[in-house]
Amino acid sequence: MAAPKTISIKLKVWRQSNPEAKGEFKTYQATDVSPHMSFLEMLDVVNGDIIKAGDDPIAFDHDCREGICGSCGAVVNGEAHGPKSQVTLCQLHMRSFNDGDEITLEPWRASAFPVVKDLVVDRSAFDRIIAAGGYISVKTGSAPDAHCLPVSKVDADAAFDAAQCIGCGACVAACPNASASLFVGAKVSQFSLLPQGQPERKSRVKKMVWQMDSEGFGNCSNAFACEAACPKGITVDFISRMNREL
Amino acid sequence: MKLHSNEPDGKLSEKWEKHKFQMKLVNPANKRKVKLIVVGTGLAGASASASLSELGYDVHTFCIHESPRRAHSIAAQGGINAAKNYRNDGDSVYRLFYDTIKGGDFRARESNVHRLAENSVKIIDQCVAQGVPFAREYGGLLDNRSFGGAQVSRTFYAKGQTGQQLLLGAYSAMMKEVNAGGVKLYHSCEMLDLVLVDGKARGIIVRNLRTGELETHAADAVIVATGGYGNVFYLSTNAKQSNVTAAWRCHKRGAFMANPCYTQIHPTCIPVKGDYQSKLTLMSESLRNDGRVWVPKKKDDTRKPSEIPDEERDYYLERKYPSFGNLVPRDIAARNAKEQCDDGKGVSESGLAVYLDFRDAIKRDGRKAVEARYGNLFDMYYQIIDSNPYEEPMVIYPAVHYTMGGLWVDYNLMSNVPGLHVLGEANFSDHGANRLGASALMQGLSDGYFVIPSTIGNYISSTDLPKVSETDKAFEDAKKECQDYIDKLLGIKGSKTVDEFHRELGLVMWDLCGMARDKAGLEEAIKRIRDIRDQFWKDVHVSGEQNNLNQELEKAGRVADYMEFAEQFAIDALHREESCGGHFRTEHQTEEGEAKRDDENFSYVAAWEFKGVGNAPELHKEELVFEEVQPSQRSYK
Ligand SMILES: Cc1cc2nc3c(=O)[nH]c(=O)nc-3n(C[C@H](O)[C@H](O)[C@H](O)COP(=O)(O)OP(=O)(O)OC[C@H]3O[C@@H](n4cnc5c(N)ncnc54)[C@H](O)[C@@H]3O)c2cc1C
Ligand code: FES
Repeated sequence: MAAPKTISIKLKVWRQSNPEAKGEFKTYQATDVSPHMSFLEMLDVVNGDIIKAGDDPIAFDHDCREGICGSCGAVVNGEAHGPKSQVTLCQLHMRSFNDGDEITLEPWRASAFPVVKDLVVDRSAFDRIIAAGGYISVKTGSAPDAHCLPVSKVDADAAFDAAQCIGCGACVAACPNASASLFVGAKVSQFSLLPQGQPERKSRVKKMVWQMDSEGFGNCSNAFACEAACPKGITVDFISRMNREL
Repeated sequence: MKLHSNEPDGKLSEKWEKHKFQMKLVNPANKRKVKLIVVGTGLAGASASASLSELGYDVHTFCIHESPRRAHSIAAQGGINAAKNYRNDGDSVYRLFYDTIKGGDFRARESNVHRLAENSVKIIDQCVAQGVPFAREYGGLLDNRSFGGAQVSRTFYAKGQTGQQLLLGAYSAMMKEVNAGGVKLYHSCEMLDLVLVDGKARGIIVRNLRTGELETHAADAVIVATGGYGNVFYLSTNAKQSNVTAAWRCHKRGAFMANPCYTQIHPTCIPVKGDYQSKLTLMSESLRNDGRVWVPKKKDDTRKPSEIPDEERDYYLERKYPSFGNLVPRDIAARNAKEQCDDGKGVSESGLAVYLDFRDAIKRDGRKAVEARYGNLFDMYYQIIDSNPYEEPMVIYPAVHYTMGGLWVDYNLMSNVPGLHVLGEANFSDHGANRLGASALMQGLSDGYFVIPSTIGNYISSTDLPKVSETDKAFEDAKKECQDYIDKLLGIKGSKTVDEFHRELGLVMWDLCGMARDKAGLEEAIKRIRDIRDQFWKDVHVSGEQNNLNQELEKAGRVADYMEFAEQFAIDALHREESCGGHFRTEHQTEEGEAKRDDENFSYVAAWEFKGVGNAPELHKEELVFEEVQPSQRSYK
């Protein structure tokens, strides 16, 4: 472990008090930042100072702070979830920055994700896509014994890889077209890789893609920025799989 | 008041079947007219919402998160138990029942626990059918791992992301019902109060967290599944928004709070680093399958772990508990870690850590095998600590993790307030004084998929429920009380932040109500909690306004509730003059330093009735009757 010395950071943060407000960047100074702090802990400290100065703290979504709930996320110096690959904003630590760095923080930018306040956006479009077909229709109590249906380990592992999506929306934020193809592709693939998913396979992909389009997400033009931004390492192969299913 | 479990009589293994037959049903055509409120979309709330809607009820589901999929259940790592006996290693419904009762140190209700064990097998079937990608073996069948407190392999898992996969299963089942029109979803809504009409739970008050507006919602019954209260300690492994608010406000409306002092301190978490620390990260118990816990034999040993030869290491769990070794239950593993550190054997800069070492597992099975089992946990550890567990042992220390206590419920999962049902971690029901690993997910899903769908019908069909409206006086009054409360919080404009108060409270709880408790300390805790609470109401600064997204206001309400709840927590711990499971009173221990129960005087559930803030709550007892299992001194030697 490196000896803890502290660093100072200049933050340029997007402030927007409500969905209708125009919004602007404001500058804050974070001093005495320990490299062991997580990015969100650094924001907590900055917010403490803002509150004491009588202002409104920076709003940001967060909950688990361990990279699994998908709540957190912001564009850090142009990169969704910041400079490190395969970590969420809450898992990013200040040791990834240097003394004197300037950091620009913005919310996800996509018309399907309207800003609620500051760094908080509304991602309920994702829930509506799932509601449109992101499930296997099995009523409680009607399932056969779990071992009735063996699944090859290869398929099960691939389905798990797809199912790891945390629904954070970084893929949308990173995509030049604000497409949700990685999110939808991952869910479609999880089920189409499993025998349980077969009966609804054809209709599921159609309904989900239709919903994605009607939410105002853009088309995939194979920029692959989503894969680079995904904190869970979900690959664009799942987008190809979705396209084959259509 | 003597509390009754309302379980049917008869043979333990036949109770649930018998009860299901005896309960009244609701005519399918009438179910659409029955409106149910579900608060919470964790495993318990989401599974309940989906199942109740499938039955035909008109379900209205609320959560504080911006998406139901973000509930704290998503973070569960290690796995879910089920008595499938796929391993042929001697497991059975009875053994799971027995392990859970014993693991809970004989402080849980037998009938509930047996039902839980029965339901466990159906949960796995349900989840597999939903497409939950559990780990599988090469033959295509499900894999299992072992967890603490059991000698059989009955834990089903999806890498270190079991909670995520199970929650996404329950969430998608619920979203299917949203699409079908059976569930109406209200995200970003916080329940602030329970509304009673004629003594029955008939609705809730919520604050829309986006607009700040207070809304009233009426229903025929209310189901609360809002999770646990571990964050009363400020630092815990719980997600930041986990709270006691919904449960506490129900309590203030008359629902009894049971065994609030039963808290689980998890032995394997990443140690605290600095005062800026905002939460603690769990390293799943499954790691103890392959990781060996040790400290240097020498006190204050500053050598690197790799420089300490085997004969100078104390694998203290293996030494003290040869038959369970590193797989002893959590309370025992946690207490032993504390003991080693108190004894000066702790490692890392703070001395408040022990090693969890994978060297031997990697030597035995190869790095690849270890990576397949724990890869994502190792990555998470690396992100936080910046040290590679494939090469250096992990440093771990106990942290608050789970709360066995919660709102009191009977066998039907109904509280003492008619119509108010409580599921998942929010109730007290199945884990006694200590929960075994991989059993919370099982309980949440058992409650939601299989128990409440049966028991709610019985309540509805056997209760007179005249129509109520959201504009009735009871609703207007409750709404006004919530409004006054918010105005009061926003009006203080003091000098300290909400977080500062929360931290202060957390420290008192950790120091005086944590892994080891005693009379003097608990009395001191009560005094200090009251002081902090007084200070809070004089000097907290809640910024911003009501009619907007205001995360400080949200936190303030939750911390205010923790300050009231904390006092009751300490009172419960003080009154329970025995040690059991996670409740360790230093005055009550065996010669070997293990928890010493007092069955003669404390074999009961302590259910507290609210009597006003700062007033002593009134104790009601539910005697625990053990017909099947003989309580004994737990031994994991
Ligand atoms: C890090 C970690 C790992 C774990 N690993 C395991 C494991 O491997 N196996 C296991 O069995 N258990 C594990 N547990 C325990 C288990 O995850 C929880 O006990 C369980 O998920 C709780 O589920 P729940 O449905 O009761 O509540 P939660 O999942 O906490 O859900 C609570 C819900 O209530 C909502 N809510 C809360 N307050 C309000 C309010 N006032 N108004 C409206 N809505 C509200 C929230 O939005 C959320 O939807 C783990 C716990 C932690 C912390
Ligand atoms: S806060 Fe949960 S993923 Fe970052």
